[in-house]
Amino acid sequence: MSEFSLQCPLPITQHDTIQLGHGSGGKMMNDLIGKLFLWAFDNPYLNKLDDQAVVEINGVRLAISTDSFVVDPIFFPGGNIGELAVYGTVNDVCMSGGRPLFLAASVILEEGFPLADLRQVVESMAAAARRAGVLIVTGDTKVVNKGKGDKIFINTTGLGVLEHPWQISAGQIQPGDAVLLSGSLGDHGIAILSRREGLAFETPITSDTAPLHELVAAVLQAGGQAVHALRDPTRGGLAATLNEFAATARVGIRVREDRIPVKPAVAGACEILGLDPLYIANEGKLVAVVAAAKAEAVLHALQAHPLGREAALIGEVMAGSPGLVTMQTRLGAWRIVDLLVGEQLPRIC
Amino acid sequence: MKYLDEYRNPEIARHLVQEIRGLTTRPWVIMEVCGGQTHSIIKNGIDQILPKEIELVHGPGCPVCVTPLEQIDKALAIASRPEVIFTSFGDMLRVPGSRQDLFMVKSAGGDVRVVYSPLDAVKIARENPHKQVVFFAVGFETTAPNNAMAVWQAHREGLRNFSILVSHVLVPPAMRALLASPHNRVQGYLAAGHVCTVMGWEEYEPIAAQYRVPIVVTGFEPVDILEGVLLTVRQLERGEARVENQYARVVRREGNRPAQELIRKVFEIAPRKWRGIGEIPASGLRLRPEFRDYDAETIFALGELHVEEPAICISGLVLQGLKKPNECAAFGKQCTPQTPLGATMVSSEGACAAYFAYQRRRVE
Ligand code: SF4
Repeated sequence: MSEFSLQCPLPITQHDTIQLGHGSGGKMMNDLIGKLFLWAFDNPYLNKLDDQAVVEINGVRLAISTDSFVVDPIFFPGGNIGELAVYGTVNDVCMSGGRPLFLAASVILEEGFPLADLRQVVESMAAAARRAGVLIVTGDTKVVNKGKGDKIFINTTGLGVLEHPWQISAGQIQPGDAVLLSGSLGDHGIAILSRREGLAFETPITSDTAPLHELVAAVLQAGGQAVHALRDPTRGGLAATLNEFAATARVGIRVREDRIPVKPAVAGACEILGLDPLYIANEGKLVAVVAAAKAEAVLHALQAHPLGREAALIGEVMAGSPGLVTMQTRLGAWRIVDLLVGEQLPRIC
Repeated sequence: MKYLDEYRNPEIARHLVQEIRGLTTRPWVIMEVCGGQTHSIIKNGIDQILPKEIELVHGPGCPVCVTPLEQIDKALAIASRPEVIFTSFGDMLRVPGSRQDLFMVKSAGGDVRVVYSPLDAVKIARENPHKQVVFFAVGFETTAPNNAMAVWQAHREGLRNFSILVSHVLVPPAMRALLASPHNRVQGYLAAGHVCTVMGWEEYEPIAAQYRVPIVVTGFEPVDILEGVLLTVRQLERGEARVENQYARVVRREGNRPAQELIRKVFEIAPRKWRGIGEIPASGLRLRPEFRDYDAETIFALGELHVEEPAICISGLVLQGLKKPNECAAFGKQCTPQTPLGATMVSSEGACAAYFAYQRRRVE
């Protein structure tokens, strides 16, 4: 090696077109939402940045949420796009503390999509709606030319009613609150990945997709007004949820690695692929931020439900360092848990 | 993967730290060569729990960061062509070239696909006879056997539409180059366990002897790394300079002979430019003349590209263990993973990116 030449690439700071990273739940998506959508639509409901809006009409408080499902593959271990589309929106409505009642569903189909597959998807949507206690009351169907869409996209919009007078929102989070997680991380994301890439693991990993309305009811029953915020850590994983909480509430959050449940098979898959379970999507888990006095009660309520058996108290909310999420590692050292820039990508070696 | 827990066990880790503390009588500078180890050190906070006399410096062992900018520009040029399906491991997609990255090429309509093995790329070539399928062959000795296998397989099947864009680097020549530099501070190496899985450690013995440095073949989990540090410190304190193997559950002295054989069949040793460092003689692999038909650079007749890089970052010094990321004025300011200025911020396993992701608060 002669004298070292110092080389630096030019930064790529802006994109003129939409990149995959703009949809990944990380920094790029936050930038897009903040600088484009919030700026254009600007209103107090939207600006709260919760996964649903709570509106009041004639004294009745309603929660509205919408989500589009574009998952590939559409059939995966533990579920399919149909039930995901129902549970995903039901769960977003639940996270306001609301009871989900109705769903609207739009289906965009690609020319040539097998009717048998559609039937299977629709049947599992129906079964999922029954399990979640909601009715699919309106909808829409469109067909696009072959190659202009990927098999099937589903959009669902959910409506629920709030039966308590207080607010459950990221903005309610207070220093001193406890952070609870209802179960192990990463099952959905790894199940999808294993199917998509044809990776086979010793222990098959199935998606955790499930409706969380009963779990939320149990949390509210045990915690009441002490329940400050709820969210299901889907795309972007636990890391994104905690960062959103910390940023919105202008607080610090710290968690402990040894308290965060991850199934050995998921941990192993992450190890092989160079992924971090903190960033992987979940479809049947919730994070609850609860005033410390009620944390134990809520934890027990979670653990008493089959979907929350592995629930754990994973951390606490701090007064200083607003927006910062840190984690105490198993070795007792500290590190930052940041948002990802774009997609989490499997590594080379 | 059941054994993982043992290598993350905090009790064992604490015990090792105590032992290191007991042995250490003066300051030592130890370099972990591999970016995966750097990542693990920073992510788990291993540097925070070691005695302060032990300084871990980060080495050039991240294949993504050391891939020269020209090579990435070549990849982008190939991937933009309409007749090409460009395949790559995921982590190369976000790496910026002079003006674009592969994600941008993809969003502009380029057929860019993430694969988990170069053999998947061969499969894509088989299924798409009217397309040119190119695989971006980046990496150290760890990925070389698979890449060699892909070329071998394509050759055996007589596939005419498969090629690889080679950017292979070899670790031991870089380790030598660092020790030979007049600025060198490294007193001991943690050698990259994965590389040794393939190559064994015979190549390290002359390095240890010539430069009087202990070299310990080390794994990636916290307990592996602490054990690697312990063995290195023990040698340093005793004035020894041998090759030792901490990663015995995976690595054997002679490595994986069939894999080495395959590499030799398809590749030959060549000089390579390392991004941030410059050219190191005999530090890379290129396809042997008889496999030139599988060389994307030949097929697409990409001449020598020359790219100007503004010299505002110290990633060359970071890669050589001479500076820490937080000593760079641009760190966390102009330079972030979203706006990387240099090699070591470009890849998520680069030292600057690891500091940014896990520990930037300490230096803010
Ligand atoms: S922080 Fe950025 S500019 Fe500074 S050395 Fe690292 S890569 Fe280069």
